[in-house]
Amino acid sequence: MSEWLENHLPKVVLAPSFIAVLIFVYGFIGWTAWVSLTRSKLLPKYEIKGFVQYERLFDSPRWDTAINNLYIFGALFIVIAMVLGLALAILLDQKIRVEGFIRTIYLYPMALSMIVTGTAWKWILNPGLGIESTVRGWGFENFTFDWLVNPDFAIYTIVMAAVWQSSGFVMALFLAGLRSVDGEIIKAAQVDGIPTWRIYTAIIIPSMAPIFLSAFIVLAHLAIKSFDLVIALTGGGPGYATDLPATYMYAMAFSRGDIGQAAASAMIMMLVVFAIVVPYLYSELRAKND
Amino acid sequence: MTDLSMPRTRAQGTAGKTALRWLLYVLLGLFALYYLMPLFVMVTTSLKSLEEIRTGSLIALPRDVTLEAWKTAWSSACTGIQCEGLRPYFWNSVLIAVPAVILSTLLGALNGYVVAQWRFRGANIIFSLMLFGCFIPFQVVLLPMARLLGLMGLAGTIPGLIFVHVIYGLGFTTLFFRNYYVTIPAELTKAARVDGAGFLRIFWSIFLPLSLPIVVVTVIWQFTQIWNDFLFGVSFSQAGTQPVTVALNNIVNSTTGVKEYNVDMAAAIIAGLPTLLVYVVAGKYFIRGLTAGSVKG
Amino acid sequence: MAPILDIKNLYKNYGATEILKDINISIEPGDFLVLVGPSGCGKSTLLNCIAGLEPISGGTLSIGGKDMTHVSPKDRDIAMVFQSYALYPTMSVAKNITFGMKVRGVDQATQDAKLKEVASLLQIEPLLNRRPSQLSGGQRQRVAMGRALVRDPKLFLFDEPLSNLDAKLRVEMRTEIKKLHQTLDASIVYVTHDQIEAMTLATKIVVLKGGVVQQIGTPAEIYNRPANLFVADFMGSPAMNLIPARVQRNGTSTQVAIARAGGDPIVLTDTRDLHLPEEVILGLRPEDIAEAGFRAGAGVQEAACLVDMVEPAGADTYVVSELGGKQVTARLHAETSAQAGQMLNLAFDMSKVSYFAKDTGERLN
Repeated sequence: MSEWLENHLPKVVLAPSFIAVLIFVYGFIGWTAWVSLTRSKLLPKYEIKGFVQYERLFDSPRWDTAINNLYIFGALFIVIAMVLGLALAILLDQKIRVEGFIRTIYLYPMALSMIVTGTAWKWILNPGLGIESTVRGWGFENFTFDWLVNPDFAIYTIVMAAVWQSSGFVMALFLAGLRSVDGEIIKAAQVDGIPTWRIYTAIIIPSMAPIFLSAFIVLAHLAIKSFDLVIALTGGGPGYATDLPATYMYAMAFSRGDIGQAAASAMIMMLVVFAIVVPYLYSELRAKND
Repeated sequence: MTDLSMPRTRAQGTAGKTALRWLLYVLLGLFALYYLMPLFVMVTTSLKSLEEIRTGSLIALPRDVTLEAWKTAWSSACTGIQCEGLRPYFWNSVLIAVPAVILSTLLGALNGYVVAQWRFRGANIIFSLMLFGCFIPFQVVLLPMARLLGLMGLAGTIPGLIFVHVIYGLGFTTLFFRNYYVTIPAELTKAARVDGAGFLRIFWSIFLPLSLPIVVVTVIWQFTQIWNDFLFGVSFSQAGTQPVTVALNNIVNSTTGVKEYNVDMAAAIIAGLPTLLVYVVAGKYFIRGLTAGSVKG
Repeated sequence: MAPILDIKNLYKNYGATEILKDINISIEPGDFLVLVGPSGCGKSTLLNCIAGLEPISGGTLSIGGKDMTHVSPKDRDIAMVFQSYALYPTMSVAKNITFGMKVRGVDQATQDAKLKEVASLLQIEPLLNRRPSQLSGGQRQRVAMGRALVRDPKLFLFDEPLSNLDAKLRVEMRTEIKKLHQTLDASIVYVTHDQIEAMTLATKIVVLKGGVVQQIGTPAEIYNRPANLFVADFMGSPAMNLIPARVQRNGTSTQVAIARAGGDPIVLTDTRDLHLPEEVILGLRPEDIAEAGFRAGAGVQEAACLVDMVEPAGADTYVVSELGGKQVTARLHAETSAQAGQMLNLAFDMSKVSYFAKDTGERLN
């Protein structure tokens, strides 16, 4: 008995976590998938009715807005955060004396809750008292900056806050990448008399392709899951102008009592994440096993 | 670090280089201001009176520093109908975070130890499945989890939230420890086995004493995640058991009475302070966790 | 005497891949067995199987006369030294050495006595309170050996213990391991990819390739009478010259013809009574080819060869010439006047020649 236990202890130790993951991740995904195929309203029903919920979802103007917002937000957020992060990383890579200190400043927003970030930016962007009134106070009486309450522009305030929060992190990723480039290659290029900017564009940045991919995956993942920031900054408003799939799902699940819709929207979110993350994880794990 | 500074000989080059250096520092300084600005605004606003906020400028320093807003935020601001400030919710967050961090770290250490050092058939698949669990959008488990917590009688309770955070933290904690233990030569385990030590003895006597850095990384990561969580908090809590992030959002969005921006800012700082403190004290480990959690699959 | 280690028909598979095939090895007490082969040949896996760190897929294994096929490592009465030394990083040297005894519940007094004994034997007393990270490579090596010695096991297992040391230290430690073996009269199984280590240390060598035993024998047997082309090529440095040749029986002796660059084939006579196929691979070690006049004996034959290259190596000078389409190395005395591009009379000691089948590579004589 004790011999058996000693031989199988590793499996015994891993089993509870594995079973928990099987149930609470995969089982629950299954449950949600199932319910998304029913006519569940306030309470789940288990009678499969086909893809009605998905049809309803794609017919819903609010979901349409949410998906559009995800495109706008996702694209801008990812591109701006990556460009800014890379630029900051390159600037910081020039033997800066107080690098550690500056890095700390650039990265601290990442330690904050999105709710805190949202609260702060909500105040800064407040049309009556924030930037708008400050600039007017400087004498620009006609200056308006009301994006937060303007349905056409509110989504961009979320981009602003999200970039503020995450670009320092992207910088840290890129900086690590810049530092991991083989020093001898760079020395060789310098000996060949290649100018510094060419060394960056022709040697260093191309060799960081995996880092770009990682940063993209992380940011895309953040974008799809974005929920807290929207709740804190705009609450999805004005109206539902800044709804994202995550807030749509939450509204359906907990305020509208439309579990079927909530489940269907959650499944779509997951499929999007799948489409991005699975190939990445697969290649990472493959690379590791080789 | 790679030295990209090129030797220049001409005097003109040196002058141009100095100018470039200045430009570089100015740019870096401007960006530092950009990142610091919201924090600065939060702090100054929280120290102003409402009157001063209405009449003054966003970026002006407070004329009369007052801690009133902080007091209100801590002990009497209203989150909906209750007006007890953030204090009870702050402690809720502590009560949720501490056990959840300890449990998920411990389990992650054991799991990582198994996956990295006691490879058995199927261990890789199990690890991949657990790893993937890190990446699902949690929306997809919200509904069934809400029902399960209800069935277990944990709906709206702090133990319920601890449970949720442990379950969905396992993937990352396992990943952290696995990636750390994988760098420890398998020969160490072999040597200990020849020496007669068993699975748990090897973990306890050899691996755990080696694990301090990764424990710090994991604890910080988990603490930050759990403290800053909003989705689980807002979905699975009820009045009285809400974590601080949910309470902060309620304070900010409570529609009763006059809008007290200074209180909002003080509350936001209070809610952000623990993780900010962790970041300032152990930033190195925080960053290591961030990069480990995202780069390494 | 009963063999200390007896492996019968051992197989090891990972899934469908066969790592070890039908291994049969047996050693007597006091033997120093070296498992040698190129990387990936299965030698380390075999050692792990002997230690019980890897389960075996078929066959039996006994240590000290007891069947150990399914016994866990801790009960096999073995001790092991690893390539990376595998010292426990958070424990002091003393704790590293006594950890096994502590786990097995040996009383403190015995632990202390054993520790003292081993520390003095290996001259590591001043290091006992240090951490492994504070030790040099050679010191770590000693501590790793101390940890094994303190168990006083039936069988010591060494897994490439010297490959992480620099060249000079490796030679020193090699000598020490040999001395230790002689002092303790211990039974040892030792894995290495370094054939010089194998030759100098072993009382018995097992050459492995692709999970199959190629030859088992004393160092002299392996060196002088390699069982096949692989062993011939693998053991010895520079490697044995393996030259395609045509043979013809002439009475009781054998005529050997070897193609020569820039001339007719050279024909040498082997006076031994051999029965060989017409085409063979002839194996001759570099030291069995000398400059004419520097080697005498019954089997020595001379022939002029075109020198392609001269490589002085201090004590000797190597001369390379193309024979039978191969670069053939001869080991000459250091003061040779041989020059590249010139003809040189070489003396071939035909009594030392090994013949191998051209198709199977097996030894023929």
